Amino acid sequence: MNLNSKIPEGPIAEKWTKHKFNMKLVNPANKRKYDIIVVGSGLAGASASASFAELGYNVKCFCFQDSPRRAHSIAAQGGINAAKNYQNDGDSIYRLFYDTVKGGDYRSREANVHRLAEVSVNIIDQCVAQGVPFAREYGGLLDNRSFGGAQVSRTFYARGQTGQQLLLGAYSALSRQIANGKVKMYARTEMLDLVLVEGKARGIVTRNLVTGKIESHSAHAVVLATGGYGNVFFLSTNAMGSNCTAAWRAHKKGALFGNPCFTQIHPTCIPVSGDHQSKLTLMSESLRNDGRVWVPKVAKPKLTAKEATKIPEEERDYYLERKYPSFGNLVPRDVASRNAKMVCDEGRGVGNTGLAVFLDFADAIKRDGKDVIEAKYGNLFDMYKQITGDNPYEMPMMIYPAVHYTMGGLWVDYNLMTNIPGLYAIGEANFSDHGANRLGASALMQGLADGYFVIPYTIGDYLATMPYTKVDTDHEAFREVESKLKAKLDKLMSIKGKQTVDDFHKALGKIMWEYCGMSRNEEGLKLAKGKIQALKKEFWEDVKVLGSQDELNMSLEKANRVADFIELGELMIDDALHRSESCGGHFREESQTGEGEAKRKDDEFSFVSAWEYKGENQAEELHKEELVFENVKLTQRSYK
Amino acid sequence: MNLTLKVWRQKNSADKGKFETYEVSDISPDMSFLEMFDVLNEQLVNESRDPIHFDHDCREGICGMCSMYINGKPHGPKDAITTCQLHMRSFKDGDTIVVEPWRAKAFPVLKDLVVDRSSFDRIIQAGGYISVNTGGVPDANEIPIRKDIANEAMDAAQCIGCGACVAACKNASAMLFVSAKVSQLALLPQGQVERKSRVENMIAQMDGEGFGACTNTGACEAVCPKEISISNIARMNREYFSAKVSSQKV
Ligand SMILES: Cc1cc2nc3c(=O)[nH]c(=O)nc-3n(C[C@H](O)[C@H](O)[C@H](O)COP(=O)(O)OP(=O)(O)OC[C@H]3O[C@@H](n4cnc5c(N)ncnc54)[C@H](O)[C@@H]3O)c2cc1C
Ligand code: FES
Repeated sequence: MNLNSKIPEGPIAEKWTKHKFNMKLVNPANKRKYDIIVVGSGLAGASASASFAELGYNVKCFCFQDSPRRAHSIAAQGGINAAKNYQNDGDSIYRLFYDTVKGGDYRSREANVHRLAEVSVNIIDQCVAQGVPFAREYGGLLDNRSFGGAQVSRTFYARGQTGQQLLLGAYSALSRQIANGKVKMYARTEMLDLVLVEGKARGIVTRNLVTGKIESHSAHAVVLATGGYGNVFFLSTNAMGSNCTAAWRAHKKGALFGNPCFTQIHPTCIPVSGDHQSKLTLMSESLRNDGRVWVPKVAKPKLTAKEATKIPEEERDYYLERKYPSFGNLVPRDVASRNAKMVCDEGRGVGNTGLAVFLDFADAIKRDGKDVIEAKYGNLFDMYKQITGDNPYEMPMMIYPAVHYTMGGLWVDYNLMTNIPGLYAIGEANFSDHGANRLGASALMQGLADGYFVIPYTIGDYLATMPYTKVDTDHEAFREVESKLKAKLDKLMSIKGKQTVDDFHKALGKIMWEYCGMSRNEEGLKLAKGKIQALKKEFWEDVKVLGSQDELNMSLEKANRVADFIELGELMIDDALHRSESCGGHFREESQTGEGEAKRKDDEFSFVSAWEYKGENQAEELHKEELVFENVKLTQRSYK
Repeated sequence: MNLTLKVWRQKNSADKGKFETYEVSDISPDMSFLEMFDVLNEQLVNESRDPIHFDHDCREGICGMCSMYINGKPHGPKDAITTCQLHMRSFKDGDTIVVEPWRAKAFPVLKDLVVDRSSFDRIIQAGGYISVNTGGVPDANEIPIRKDIANEAMDAAQCIGCGACVAACKNASAMLFVSAKVSQLALLPQGQVERKSRVENMIAQMDGEGFGACTNTGACEAVCPKEISISNIARMNREYFSAKVSSQKV
């Protein structure tokens, strides 16, 4: 297979400008002759749908929630990066580009990342014009904060609800186009397969989640903006419905999957409280600006937060400050997470489960006063109290890492097109910009960059080569996909086994977290592969789905998603097994420095892993896209 | 703890629906209300009974999807939180808890506790936006906004569109929801150009969807998980009258 990333020639800072000029255009009067399907209404999908419609294309947009406004993007708290340099602190497009490539541990494409940094500035302008109420300073100009250990203040925010406000902005633009008749919105509708005609993506097959009706939709191009797959781990900070089905089914139709094992584990989440746990709640990273992370020097089993206040200073180990004097509590996410795991593995974890560390604000409150801390983090402190019953003004918080984001996703070229002509992937659904580790406040930036400022250009280059002719949904390609899908749903309903869908999802999550979570090794991964294969077999023999297909049936919806998670889980294991280096969020125990830090093997692994599906129960084939670094010099990251 | 649950069951929008009673035991006070429902649903599936359908997604109080009417109050007994943020420590061992869907003409029940809130989307489509296309907008700092005004706009913008305000209102009025969006955009300089047509169009759509009139009982504000202030309704009324006075359409 020829894996062509289509990176334009020329100096990095000119590639995108030149490329925009070189791409073919669709005449304004002809745009209405093209139909585009957008699956997803999060930041990426809503912004792309609205922008396509404004240009004149006919858009059909899909989401599984009851309204496009509820996509998982709504939950993002911290903020969005942009190289505006409003603070005059030395930020620039080049610095944002550099930080992102370095932060991704040199496993992303330079050209994509530079473009991301370039368009970041337009995003903020766009959102403000839409009425997004970003935080402001007394002079009326926009406020910024430093986020996730960045050395400059480039993060724009709207209280602790940045994702919500950005999504509502994109949703308002989308709503305007729905009213104009240029977007037809299908809520509570799930894409269950992709349809190819003569090798090109020409449509999708969906299930109406209320009536159960299976329907075909045809278009000239299909854009997947379906988010990440963190829920493969069962417990994650993702919304309950976030899933990999659209991407996975496209993968099974030939789209390559890039770097599936690259997962981000966020260091500051509320720890698991028991078996009933259904999801994990993130405590914003901004807390690490003032909170100090510690555990007791000597193990104290089941230490509570209240008891912790009585532990004298000399018996505490502020391990991040001790090991990384220059970054301290602000080390990147992967480093903070791994260290929390390490101290808990040593038996020094706290709380009932021993799987937690303290995040302590006592010093900050003493230094700045309770008022100042409340003004900064009041809503987060309230949220913490709401969930745990503990008051963080009086005792330390307990936190533990949790799965948060997936850097991996469908492989795309510079135009954000997968290897299937006419099939695009944007937002968290693609693999493209974050390498092996994503920096804080960069996912919102990427979703909106892709949707507002990249794909509206690049899709034209493709459509300009396409005839206007539409494919009828009566075409045999649609009929065939529909009937296979129906057979699959029939099969799921007919098993009538003994275990619930959640039983399987939890079992999968345990395997993935144990063997393919914060730290991975060859032996464990091999063991996990066997376990997942067995789980898959068991699922298709013993899953229990009640009700019928032609009604609102949430067990059936979940069964479909879990079936795909199991298969993706196996591919993640293969990928983690193959990549025997450590990089970013992927820590292979066999590849570490003397001090226990991640060690990359640039000679062997400077490439994107792009996996090709080969058929049911067949090993997938690995393709490599070599990464070429012309601008950023590769170094081992050091936060000492 | 052990609890008795009386839950509204309705097969689909055509079905009449009725309450059914369930017992759950060994519920931990650390569970969220929805996790307690997960436990009940697992129990039902194991007994081969149809699980209770309810809407939920983020489970952290921001997507606006969860929507249970618990013991006569949208989102349950505690103020300023959504159903998914409610924890079982707010209840006592032996309690009986009654759970119903949102009830309003403009929110038809789809199944059990799941309702159709697409009327809210259509109200936004009628004018809840600023008409700017992607690109071609001024630099963000060319539109300075006073901090207090930006804050007030943000207070209104926090609405999560859950519909608790409608469910709490005896008239099933959507005024709090609509006024939050109208206020946000009327406060901001970017929203001025369409200020008049926006409020008129959104109110016309709201009326057309079958939401009731506002009689100022304040029930909406009291149950709003985001504490959206009823002063937004007063602002919207002023906006509406001034639009009407100057409008050609009167
Ligand atoms: C708690 C939390 C906090 C975060 N905070 C930040 C932050 O501060 N800054 C930051 O930059 N990033 C943050 N992130 C990450 C960021 O929010 C996400 O990566 C980003 O919003 C993803 O956007 P998206 O548009 O790609 O996908 P999503 O918002 O996940 O949207 C996916 C869409 O696809 C639809 N969909 C999926 N599958 C199907 C299907 N089969 N059929 C039909 N529709 C489908 C869904 O309905 C939805 O509309 C955070 C993430 C979490 C979990
Ligand atoms: S599930 Fe999102 S607000 Fe409750």
